Amino acid sequence: MQTFIVRRLLIGVLILFVLSVTVFLLLRIVPGDPAIQKCGLNCKEDQIKAIRHELGLDKPYFPVAFEGGAPFLSFNTASQYGDWLQGVVTGDLGTSTVNNRPVSESIRKRFPVTLELMILTLVITIFVGIPFGVVSAVWKNSPVDLLVRFTAIFGLAVPVFWVATLVLILPQEWWGYAPPLGGRYVHLMDNPVDNLKQFLPPAAVLALGSAAGVMRLTRSSLLETLRQDYMRTARAKGLRERTVVFSHGLKNSLIPVVTVLGLQMAGLLGGAIIVEQIFTLPGLGGYTFLALFQKDFEVVQTMTLYAGVTVVVLNLAVDVSYAWLDPRIRYS
Amino acid sequence: MTVSEEIALGTSGFLDDRASRAGASFARRVAKFATLARQNPLGAMGLVVIIVFIAMAIFAPIVAPYAPTEFAGRNNETMSSSHIFGTERLGRDIFSRFVYGSRISLSVAVISVLLGGSIGILFGVVSGYMGGMIDSIFQRTVDAAIAFPALLLLLIITQALGPSYRTIVFALMLAVIPGVTRVVRGAVLSEKNNQYVEAARASGAWAPRILIRHLLPNVVALGIIVMTTLLGGIILAESALSFLGLGIPNATSWGQDVSKARDSLPYHIPAVVFPGMAITLTVLGFNLLGDSIRDIFDPRLRGSR
Repeated sequence: MQTFIVRRLLIGVLILFVLSVTVFLLLRIVPGDPAIQKCGLNCKEDQIKAIRHELGLDKPYFPVAFEGGAPFLSFNTASQYGDWLQGVVTGDLGTSTVNNRPVSESIRKRFPVTLELMILTLVITIFVGIPFGVVSAVWKNSPVDLLVRFTAIFGLAVPVFWVATLVLILPQEWWGYAPPLGGRYVHLMDNPVDNLKQFLPPAAVLALGSAAGVMRLTRSSLLETLRQDYMRTARAKGLRERTVVFSHGLKNSLIPVVTVLGLQMAGLLGGAIIVEQIFTLPGLGGYTFLALFQKDFEVVQTMTLYAGVTVVVLNLAVDVSYAWLDPRIRYS
Repeated sequence: MTVSEEIALGTSGFLDDRASRAGASFARRVAKFATLARQNPLGAMGLVVIIVFIAMAIFAPIVAPYAPTEFAGRNNETMSSSHIFGTERLGRDIFSRFVYGSRISLSVAVISVLLGGSIGILFGVVSGYMGGMIDSIFQRTVDAAIAFPALLLLLIITQALGPSYRTIVFALMLAVIPGVTRVVRGAVLSEKNNQYVEAARASGAWAPRILIRHLLPNVVALGIIVMTTLLGGIILAESALSFLGLGIPNATSWGQDVSKARDSLPYHIPAVVFPGMAITLTVLGFNLLGDSIRDIFDPRLRGSR
């Protein structure tokens, strides 16, 4: 088990390295100079030069470079990628050109918002997706099943941004009700009601697609399990139907569901960009989007790296949880 | 159901009339198709929806009463006989934009899925057949790509290359490759142990020949099935990019229409509802069709999404 985790973590680090270099290079081909962006329109040549120096844009890209095409490596102590990576590791991320505030401060303030959004979304996904999947599988082809399946098909087809827009606009037009907007974050501990008013609509919208996916998978996986011989055995020895379905059936059909939950997290992080934007939640998704538009490369790099770390760790957690769900699975 | 019944009735008449061999084989195919459609009513429904949207895209100038950019009426009109979906904030006909929007969504999705799917099939075949180091490199890259928030990467790529038709097709194409690669590789792994591969190798065929002449034909079908199931998601991704302002500039696109309608006050409900409904219907059609095709051709993949 330990060797498995260590190996997976090493692969994870490798994946993150490739990802960070790719994103780094991609961002360098964005047309437009962040120095000019920061300096304004009527800006003198030497002013731009000074800002470029201040932002570190005059340094080479990587700490290791090929000199003149020959296979001689040259090492630079100061480089854009090296400095950025050092900043990420030490937690000193510099100042953002977006709002002239320290990046680490912005992230610290915005992190709880996105975290709460993600947790709420996951909770809704699980507590809507799995029960409806079970109902749908147990009463297969009943009207309830058909209704649930039809809703799920729709849930997978609607665009998140459209539902979010409708959820904002329709109540406003019909009843003059708008969820609290304006980018101020009410902490859960300070005022739970206002906090949930702010977070439930976006989380529900974001969970629509993932809950539909989880529901469909729970249904098909449980149907598969219900056909197994041990289900007949469990019934034959007189267990209550509830025990049969939940302890013997559901637990054994959860592995693909957990896998998909892990994979969906990546999609949900992407969806957070859209939902935070529409519901004006001051979270990390909106911050990343703003940084991308304002050409603040380092913030985008940092945020993609964090998203990557989250996903790698979550997927590892998913793989480890298999061993708990199915004792036959052992890692060595 | 009615459509498939019509097809079925039509075929039986056709069979009686012509007994020629070619006709019979064609009729048999149609009959087989009709049976499939009857067994998969949802898939048939999806197919009908898609055919309607494709027809709408091709014949847009005939179907749409106005040009998509024409200021055809006053702004924010409600539904009437001259503007069946009403008009939006600049007085353009919402129905006409509904019709023309299908061109962008469908063409972008189909082209990027075809390109990305072909590359994915190729990668999958090479990765699965070669094994070892090459396989590891491909698979770790696919891992990274699947694990990462696709929307964020799409945003970075479109921002880096500047939003245009070509950029968006390119970015979406990249999003298609990993999924197809993974499934095709899995199929190749089991396929390459078959005797026909061994026979080909024994007869002295070199690797590229085995790949292209022997393995590829046996996994292409699977690749195409995966591609169909991906189409809906790609349309969603394209519309999300458009919504976020990184779509094709100056194009009539559903995602941009929702975005513009959201930004302009006072809200005009039809201007928000109809473009979004168009996206939903198209994606729904592709998802239903994709699921059915997958179930028909490859029951092993059932529930894989």
